[in-house]
Amino acid sequence: MLLYALRRLIYLVPVAFGVSLLVFGLVHLAPGDPISAIVPPDAPKEVVDKLKEYYGFDQPLPVQYLRWLGVTLTGDFGTSIGTGRPVATEVASAFGNTLILAIAATLLAFTLAVILGTAAAYAKSRIVDRLVTLISLVGVSVPHFWLAIVLVIIFAVELGALPPMGIGPENSTGWRFDRAHLAHMVLPTIALSVIPLGVVTRTVRSTVKETLSMEFVTALQAKGMRDRQILFHVLKNAAPTCLAVMGLQAGNLIGGSILIETVFAWPGTGFLLNSAIFRRDLPILQGTTLVLAGFFMLLNLTVDVIQTMVDPRIKRG
Amino acid sequence: MSNLLQVNDLHVTFVTPDRTVHAVNGVSFDLKRGETLGILGESGSGKSVTLRSILRLHPEHRTRWSGSIKLGGDEVLEMGPRALSDLRGQRVAMIFQEPATAFDPVFTIGQQIAETVRRHTGKSDSDSWKRARELLEMVRIPSPEQRLKAYPHEMSGGMRQRAMIALALSCNPSLLLADEPTTALDATVQIQVLLLIRELQREFDLGVIFVTHDIGVAVEVSDRIGVMYAGKLVELAPVERMVDAPQHPYSRGLLASTVHDGMRGQRLEAIPGAPPDLAEVPGGCSFAPRCKFVRPDCTASVPSLREVETAHAVRCVLAA
Repeated sequence: MLLYALRRLIYLVPVAFGVSLLVFGLVHLAPGDPISAIVPPDAPKEVVDKLKEYYGFDQPLPVQYLRWLGVTLTGDFGTSIGTGRPVATEVASAFGNTLILAIAATLLAFTLAVILGTAAAYAKSRIVDRLVTLISLVGVSVPHFWLAIVLVIIFAVELGALPPMGIGPENSTGWRFDRAHLAHMVLPTIALSVIPLGVVTRTVRSTVKETLSMEFVTALQAKGMRDRQILFHVLKNAAPTCLAVMGLQAGNLIGGSILIETVFAWPGTGFLLNSAIFRRDLPILQGTTLVLAGFFMLLNLTVDVIQTMVDPRIKRG
Repeated sequence: MSNLLQVNDLHVTFVTPDRTVHAVNGVSFDLKRGETLGILGESGSGKSVTLRSILRLHPEHRTRWSGSIKLGGDEVLEMGPRALSDLRGQRVAMIFQEPATAFDPVFTIGQQIAETVRRHTGKSDSDSWKRARELLEMVRIPSPEQRLKAYPHEMSGGMRQRAMIALALSCNPSLLLADEPTTALDATVQIQVLLLIRELQREFDLGVIFVTHDIGVAVEVSDRIGVMYAGKLVELAPVERMVDAPQHPYSRGLLASTVHDGMRGQRLEAIPGAPPDLAEVPGGCSFAPRCKFVRPDCTASVPSLREVETAHAVRCVLAA
């Protein structure tokens, strides 16, 4: 098992190389010039050239790529064009904030999804099943940024029960585990969990239902196993499929929360990316995308490894 | 000797919002310890439904039962869920047609046998594991220690069915239900598994109900054979009587449709037509539409199961 994980880790190297090429290439394909974003429109040409030289934009693209890759590999993602601070610092703090929110949202969404999906699959009355199907359909279809705004209007503006935005109180220097910071997390967590809740509930429901119709469940009943023992067998069988979907959803939460983070002014990677795009802050854009892609790869690897641990039929080749 | 199992006028109906199926319509038989009853019938005749009803394995909310299934002194159809799950696997065990799908694919064979032992005997983990090992030895699986740690997909079909038999016998049941246990196996493996079941049956004095559509297999293992058609037993007789002098036209048709020695060049007999739809209970003999000896009184009312000789009962107006 350890050997398998190691081998998969080595396979990630060429993938990571491809990702770095894409990240670098896509950013340069996009229209807009980073230098014109930081200098006044009437700046003399010499100043612009000087800045281009300073940031290395005067070099041909392959040279730029290799230089970028070289410093990136040492853990140095360069300097933000917008703020002048090291990209690594900016991305690290934003990534931490996003991760906190993503973990809270996945925990909420996945727990509810497993309970609801299993209940629907087991349900003998059609009402329970329909209700859960409705919930998951709403979860997938409702635009989550719209829901976020509605939540803010109801709970922050009208009821005044929860803070509408930010990571914590005004003097907050970063996320901490206390009441005030947790209160700030409630609304973004709910808004963020809606889509994965819908998707995963649907997957759990159909996978568990399919497993329940298999002959071995009858065989388990025929040997007198208790209902909760049978449930354990069923869930273990349904796990690989559900885990694959969960992995993808968790990955989406890390990278795809731009809208939610913008609505709630949550200083995470989505927020950072959003502002970097508008400022044409290439180093930040590249650094963030690269970190997110790297995280996505590790997440997929983890899911794959867990899958082979759960289901012995999945080949470890 | 008293009966191990007594089934009386069993009716099983499956009810779904779109459709009602009368799968079993008044089946009665009994079984003694150490006896093997073969139930023979084509697909859809209700033989498997009858067998599974003994453990009440059909989904409760879609199934209507009536009649009686008495095991010792206990009425299976009136048991609560707790008593029922205590009964299953302990007093009555079952082996399935497809060992490949009847084992949970993500647990090892050892885990699945040991959990059954633990469930019914309360033995510790290590004692259950030891018992599982003994059982694999009993069904003659080579290198049982390694096989315990194997997953179902790592074993051959014959080996899996042996393991299934080991699992079924893990808590010393008195009644073994076999649902076409050899149908999915190669012919050579089939014989080995049949011999194994017969040997273990004698050793443990088991009552066995063996459901099959294979006449050769039924004749090989059974003391008595019951022939089912459209949810009813149409004939029940000791195996010799059934082979030598079947009375019901359907039984005769079935036995005539087998291939045996010296038949090269002859035309095989087949029964024309198809079994009836079980959405409605017919008013007369279910076999009448396919029967070449049909008479007006066949469709007038449902013929009763009459004893034409000791232990030989036939459900046909023609039977003498």
